[in-house]
Amino acid sequence: MSHTTQPIRTTEPVNFSEALLGKMDRAIQQFPEGKQKSAILTLLHLAQAELGWISVPTMDKIAEILHIQAIEVYEVATFYTMFHLEPVGKYVFEVCRTGPCMLVGSDQLIEHIGQRLNIGVGETTEDGLFTLKTAECLGGCGYGPLLQCRHRFHEHLTPEKVDALIEQYRQGTIEPGAL
Amino acid sequence: MVKVTIDGIEVSVEPGTTILNAARQIGGDAVPPAMCYYSKLPGTGGKCRTCLVEVAAGSAADPRPLPKLVASCSTPVQDGMVVNNKTSERVHNNRGGVVEFLLANHPLDCPICDQAGECHLQDLGYEHGSAKTRYEEDRRTFDPIDIGNKIKLHMNRCILCYRCVFVANQLTDKRVHGVLHRGEHAEISTYIQEAVENDFSGNMIDVCPVGALTDRTFRFKSRVWFLKPMEAERSCTKCCGKAVVWMFGNEIYRVTARKDKYGEVEAIDQKTAWLCNDCRFEKKDASEWNILGPRVINRQSVIAQGKYATTIDKPVKRIG
Amino acid sequence: MNNRKLLLEHLEVPGIEGIDVYVKHGGYNTLEKALKKMSPEEVVEEVKKSGLRGRGGAGFPTGMKWSFLAKPEGIPRYLVCNADESEPGTFKDRFLMEKIPHLLVEAMVLSSYALGANTSYIYIRGEYMYLLEILEKAIQEAYAKGFLGKNIMGSGFDHDLVVTPGGGAYICGEETALLESLEGKRGNPRIKPPFPAVKGLWGCPTVVNNVETIAAVVSIVRDGGEAYAAIGIGKSTGTKLISACGNLVRPGVYEIELGMTVEEFIYGDDYCRGIANGKKLKACVPGGSSVPILPHYLVTKTAAGEDRLMTYESLADGGFKTGSMLGSGGFIVFDEDQCIVRNTWNFTRFYAHESCGQCSPCREGTGWMEKVLHRLETGKGQLHDIDLLADINKKIEGNTICPLGDAAAWPVAAAIHHFREEFEWHVTHPEEAQTRNYGLIQQPVVA
Repeated sequence: MSHTTQPIRTTEPVNFSEALLGKMDRAIQQFPEGKQKSAILTLLHLAQAELGWISVPTMDKIAEILHIQAIEVYEVATFYTMFHLEPVGKYVFEVCRTGPCMLVGSDQLIEHIGQRLNIGVGETTEDGLFTLKTAECLGGCGYGPLLQCRHRFHEHLTPEKVDALIEQYRQGTIEPGAL
Repeated sequence: MVKVTIDGIEVSVEPGTTILNAARQIGGDAVPPAMCYYSKLPGTGGKCRTCLVEVAAGSAADPRPLPKLVASCSTPVQDGMVVNNKTSERVHNNRGGVVEFLLANHPLDCPICDQAGECHLQDLGYEHGSAKTRYEEDRRTFDPIDIGNKIKLHMNRCILCYRCVFVANQLTDKRVHGVLHRGEHAEISTYIQEAVENDFSGNMIDVCPVGALTDRTFRFKSRVWFLKPMEAERSCTKCCGKAVVWMFGNEIYRVTARKDKYGEVEAIDQKTAWLCNDCRFEKKDASEWNILGPRVINRQSVIAQGKYATTIDKPVKRIG
Repeated sequence: MNNRKLLLEHLEVPGIEGIDVYVKHGGYNTLEKALKKMSPEEVVEEVKKSGLRGRGGAGFPTGMKWSFLAKPEGIPRYLVCNADESEPGTFKDRFLMEKIPHLLVEAMVLSSYALGANTSYIYIRGEYMYLLEILEKAIQEAYAKGFLGKNIMGSGFDHDLVVTPGGGAYICGEETALLESLEGKRGNPRIKPPFPAVKGLWGCPTVVNNVETIAAVVSIVRDGGEAYAAIGIGKSTGTKLISACGNLVRPGVYEIELGMTVEEFIYGDDYCRGIANGKKLKACVPGGSSVPILPHYLVTKTAAGEDRLMTYESLADGGFKTGSMLGSGGFIVFDEDQCIVRNTWNFTRFYAHESCGQCSPCREGTGWMEKVLHRLETGKGQLHDIDLLADINKKIEGNTICPLGDAAAWPVAAAIHHFREEFEWHVTHPEEAQTRNYGLIQQPVVA
């Protein structure tokens, strides 16, 4: 298996809404003069919440806003796991797979969700609604198995609960947990 | 001045000197190998762990040994410190472990690598490696990419020393490459294929300890040991113009900076003699250089092969 | 055992997450006491007297850490709260911040006063984004009441508190990686020295403490360091949040007085109530995934046959041969149906995934161990792979820039040490190993 990082080239210009730019500005203001780079993770989170994923033009724009070189944003965005560097579904199910969750059935949960949505880990449903990902320890070890979607934890999951959850997301009745 | 003893040899150094640099003042076997530290690039070091040494006594004031081996390139000496490098079995074992890690995913494609013969990983493997690998897994692979029309990046060979990133930060006005992803997926890349175009970007090739960054103008032209390294200079408005030109007959195959016995670009008149891209890539005609004479090469080096036969080639300067 | 609660005292009070209820229950009184009646040095002194040790995992004495802080003239100092809780098995800080956010806010101002920091940061893992919003709300309330901002309660002390998220990286729980991340960079741990106490955030002297550590300062200053030190045993003073998970009847977060027996914690009615589904205990990782695993016969008793206690010392009794560590208090329990090989592979996959990749032993070694363990787990391993693992492990341990290398190495070493026959069974019974688990191991007969 051979690979070289080849980001998906989108030449489509990105548009940050006024509201997003306002939030970004407030995040930058939290740090001392000249230390605006500290806001980079907040900016990436905010951009992802609005745009769904982090494209190269998005990163370039963040570099511009922070007055840093584009490579500095690429380096950071690829280091942290929460940023989707490829397009994803509207709802990304990130299922914790680490030890404590595995002890209480995360392997079976991941398999169940995959079957229910008819996708594998890392894939997106054809309707573009759901992406299934696995995550390392999400910090809910006593409440597993669990998943996170749009900053909301869904804990103590069973196959029945997950089926109901998928339905609720389809109906659009679950608000993001944050941002 | 503080006194430190390395492999039984005492040396007095300025306070704040690292163990590695104190060892370099002693020279010889007392000097730990360094794959990522580069004295001319502030901030480098600490990463490859090949320079690990044993501190048998922390200082005169507190002579207890340090529990862990320490990276000699980034640990300052203390007065009365006692360090074991070559004399420590523990250092030898653990350094062997580090070399095994560095080679685990390395392609071992020396026969087709332009760096062969002047590769620090080869030297390190020769000293500390084992004849047989225990790594049975698939090696991680990357496609080679061009970064600009002069530099080739073979990420497969990279040991992630970060030196080239420091070169871009410290010698050029814009950095377009860096370290992406993390863990065993970490790689040097530009992310979006962008050319590294800068007057001093070619120095990345000289600081690379392995064959990850090579000179596209020299690619597959010759094994380095078939060439004759000659000290040369030219007047250049961008850099010092002091280089080594690697010749075959009257033809210049490649141009590199002048390097010292640790493989680092030499300081000339107390300034590191970095080369500009013009001198490195564009000046391949012998008439463009004032050729001073043959460069002295360590007799143990493969590059020295066949180069000591004549007495006519009088070395310009001895570098150890 | 009478179990005092210092952190979760008001857990059950409805509305305690809001500032009015928090204040009604004595909230911010301790801050007022410190600002009006104590010098910063006196606050530090109480923390020293308390014997409080870092609750993030390393257990370093907090008062001593504070006293290392350099105080050059004209250079700001910072307090940074490590809320990057990511150690598998650990979810205590999340619980505390969600339930009683003002305790952390009060503690941040109080601790900053002691350290002379006019700005402090809470770096919270990105996956806890909802908590960031809870904390931001609490911070706004505190500003509105004058517990933050200029001239707090007329004391002349100014303080600003900022909460900022990570982006998904366990390594940022290492304090220098956290500082790098807080500066907007990749979370690569720094080469030390210099230590953060001298050169931390933006090159300024900085103290980085875990959420629970900082939160404990409120009760220490309220009741006095000696009162805090009176709780617990020996050098394990005060109370500790333990997050219990795995195959337990009642997993969750418990505040315990250090010194409780492990037996009571696992089986007691007020705590975990035993192993779920009537199963037997197989093993326990008592302090987060990084600490050595203990087989069932070493969980409630030490090798010497004494009661194992929930203290730094008792859990470590026997060293790496027969002991473990209190660590972060991430208490993971395995029942008889669990596979140690699979779990060891799982944990190693975690460390390989979370390695920053900066130094070669960790970058290459964690990935290598993961591959070998995966082979063993899937029945494709050979007996010499077990020795290979043990050897890779030794070449990582102690040779890396930061403790992640050790954290990755120890669980593998301990699992092989205690459960070697289960690893061997995976090799000798590859097909059976895919259909059932090995079960309990026998206690070795000690001559």
